[in-house]
Amino acid sequence: MSDDPMQTPRATKGRAPDVFMPGGWVPMREYREDEKVDFVIVGTGAGGGTLACKLAEAGFSVVAMDAGPYWRPLEDFASDESHQSKLYWTDDRIVDGLNPLQLGSNNSGKSVGGSTVHFAMVSLRFRPEWFKSRSKLGYGFDWPLDWREMWAYYREVEDALAISGPVNYPWGPPRPRYPYRAHQLNAAALALAEGCEAMGIPWTETPIATLSAPRGRARPCVYRGFCVLGCSTNAKQSALVTWIPRAIAAGAEIRDLAMVGRVEVDRSDRATGVHYHRNGNWRFQRARNVVVAGYAIETPRLLLNSASDRFPEGLANSSGLVGKYITVQSNQAVWGTSDKEIRSYKSPPSLALTEHWNYEDEGKDFHGGYCYMSQGPEPQLWANTLLSGRGLWGDALVSEMQNYNHVVGLKMVGEMLPQERNAVTLADETDQYGLPIPCVTYSWCDNDRAMIDHALGFMGQALRATDARDIWEQTDDTCHLNGGARMGDDPRTSVVDADCRSWDIPNLWICDGSVFPTVGGVNPSLTIQAIACRTGDRIAAMARRGEL
Amino acid sequence: MTERYSGYDVMSKRNGPSWNDKTRQVVDDRLATPRGPRFFSETEYRTVESLADRIVPQPHRVDPIPVADLVDARLLAGGQDGFRHLGMPPPGEAWRRALAALDAEAQAAHGANFRHLSSPDRDGLLHCMHEGRLDHPAWQGMSSQLVFTQLVAKDIVFAYYAHPTAWSEIGWGGPASPRGYVRTGYDRRDPWEAAEVKDGDAAAAIRKNRRVR
Repeated sequence: MSDDPMQTPRATKGRAPDVFMPGGWVPMREYREDEKVDFVIVGTGAGGGTLACKLAEAGFSVVAMDAGPYWRPLEDFASDESHQSKLYWTDDRIVDGLNPLQLGSNNSGKSVGGSTVHFAMVSLRFRPEWFKSRSKLGYGFDWPLDWREMWAYYREVEDALAISGPVNYPWGPPRPRYPYRAHQLNAAALALAEGCEAMGIPWTETPIATLSAPRGRARPCVYRGFCVLGCSTNAKQSALVTWIPRAIAAGAEIRDLAMVGRVEVDRSDRATGVHYHRNGNWRFQRARNVVVAGYAIETPRLLLNSASDRFPEGLANSSGLVGKYITVQSNQAVWGTSDKEIRSYKSPPSLALTEHWNYEDEGKDFHGGYCYMSQGPEPQLWANTLLSGRGLWGDALVSEMQNYNHVVGLKMVGEMLPQERNAVTLADETDQYGLPIPCVTYSWCDNDRAMIDHALGFMGQALRATDARDIWEQTDDTCHLNGGARMGDDPRTSVVDADCRSWDIPNLWICDGSVFPTVGGVNPSLTIQAIACRTGDRIAAMARRGEL
Repeated sequence: MTERYSGYDVMSKRNGPSWNDKTRQVVDDRLATPRGPRFFSETEYRTVESLADRIVPQPHRVDPIPVADLVDARLLAGGQDGFRHLGMPPPGEAWRRALAALDAEAQAAHGANFRHLSSPDRDGLLHCMHEGRLDHPAWQGMSSQLVFTQLVAKDIVFAYYAHPTAWSEIGWGGPASPRGYVRTGYDRRDPWEAAEVKDGDAAAAIRKNRRVR
């Protein structure tokens, strides 16, 4: 049988890959398809992987499926940009709108562990007011969650991932110090600090999910770079090496290369299980509860593709909001050339950041906030940035690439506003499984543009305060995917409640970034995991009270 | 002109602690990419070569990076980026249409196929394509600008910078697992990284680069 994890499932015959040992295995419980498991979870990333762990540790029977392969990073990951594109979700998707998104590389993962296998590990908490941005800040939508409760769950995730971070965090309410000490700053991070100090604003070492000291069987970060292409030394605390091994140890089953195409719902409007494709066949797993955790495109797509006579507009869609309010983040940058050697390919790309403009509201002509951080593009990504962002090709490109080791940049993660017109719908075409493919429509609004202008202006000044010259703006990039099945406290204007339980089908849950009503100005992974931890605790409490 | 990283060859690290087995396998496979068209037709392949010659020129290189072969290999393997614009076909079909459209534009403007045009004439057409000013019916509704930045030029640039020769050219450290790096601050270089020619002293850089392992 093939040993290619992209062709043949690895988690079978009562065992799963040991992610910490080449060729290794760990025992894994398996469930029969006709056995009604307590939870079947679709997706094993920041949402599904975390929730699988929490539910299994609470004593539930759990089967978690992922369309992607089950990697052993130590043996499967190369230091190579082209090859590592195997981590991305590159199935057929159509993009549309006034500002069509670029999907795949920086925002969509297809692996056990989901996008956390190639995320940049930046692990930030929301500003407390963002959970009530409509009431407190006058834009967007309120979340049905209280920040103080989320603060406790952030802590749980930071401990679970042994986040490396500063002793004192400069913004927001006091927080405990991070579990592991911050990493040494690389030159790209030193330049960010220089710029902030010149502009008179605080900066900090980035709280980041890569180890600064050994932990269990994982070794500390060796500053290899390549973080967004998969960590081949296991320093990165992805779901693949944290939550999922815990889930398996607690009795969960992971099914890799298992693409779920449809959630089945019976005549009493309860979910009964999922139809999934594995080893060349469509199969059915029975379950008492179904959790959809496919991220902001695949989650609405699955709900829409599960339409039935009783739910002709798709599941959990009585509000009409499934697939609506998809919200990404602005990801513009300023770049320059330093006289000094920067060599930003060394170390994680974003070791320093400032959240100044997330917490300071004076002087803004827009709603929302942004942070910005240091950067470390590998050569293919950098060449493509020069091509697509600066319009260089030919001799101009080859010549500019000679400055690669001197490039220094600052890049924002900015809060775009949720808009109903930004949406996931189904296209007429079908994919390799015969399932209708998603069409993702995206357009920026005036507020998005005003924030981008502000950030580019400010970051440009900060970069000019260093020795960087030849400064230019990369104006067209976005990152992260959220929304599409938002949470709320009114069934008419939301898809799930605060516990990620769908309003329409009581045993159908959604647990990933698609439940975000707004996105804030920080990377979303920590918040997705915190919500999953909370959902796990809430489900366990509801079960104890007989409310499932 | 002296090369900025004279004497540096990223492949000198291949058998050292900066390369793991998987990386050696991946790069070896790439360097063994068969020559000649497999996905493209012979004529299409020549056009891709004439495009790559303008997008990533390498006129003086004795052993040029086989850009057309690398692009061909990726399309043969069915490589996709994870999105396509409404109205755009999948990458392989879009490439074929784009090559046919470039020939149609070249015929209309210069009376010859694209690959037979002079370098300045090819550059001229590519500038128009980059700016979205090509609209011959042969594009079949595709935006020439999008096809340039998100398909044709992009695939060519990715192919070029997937090759160790290009890595050496820009002084990149290259594959780095499991060893990684130690010295990461301003103007810091590990002994296993490329040394830059400073103050015109190529000999000093060459000495350091010969010791890179």
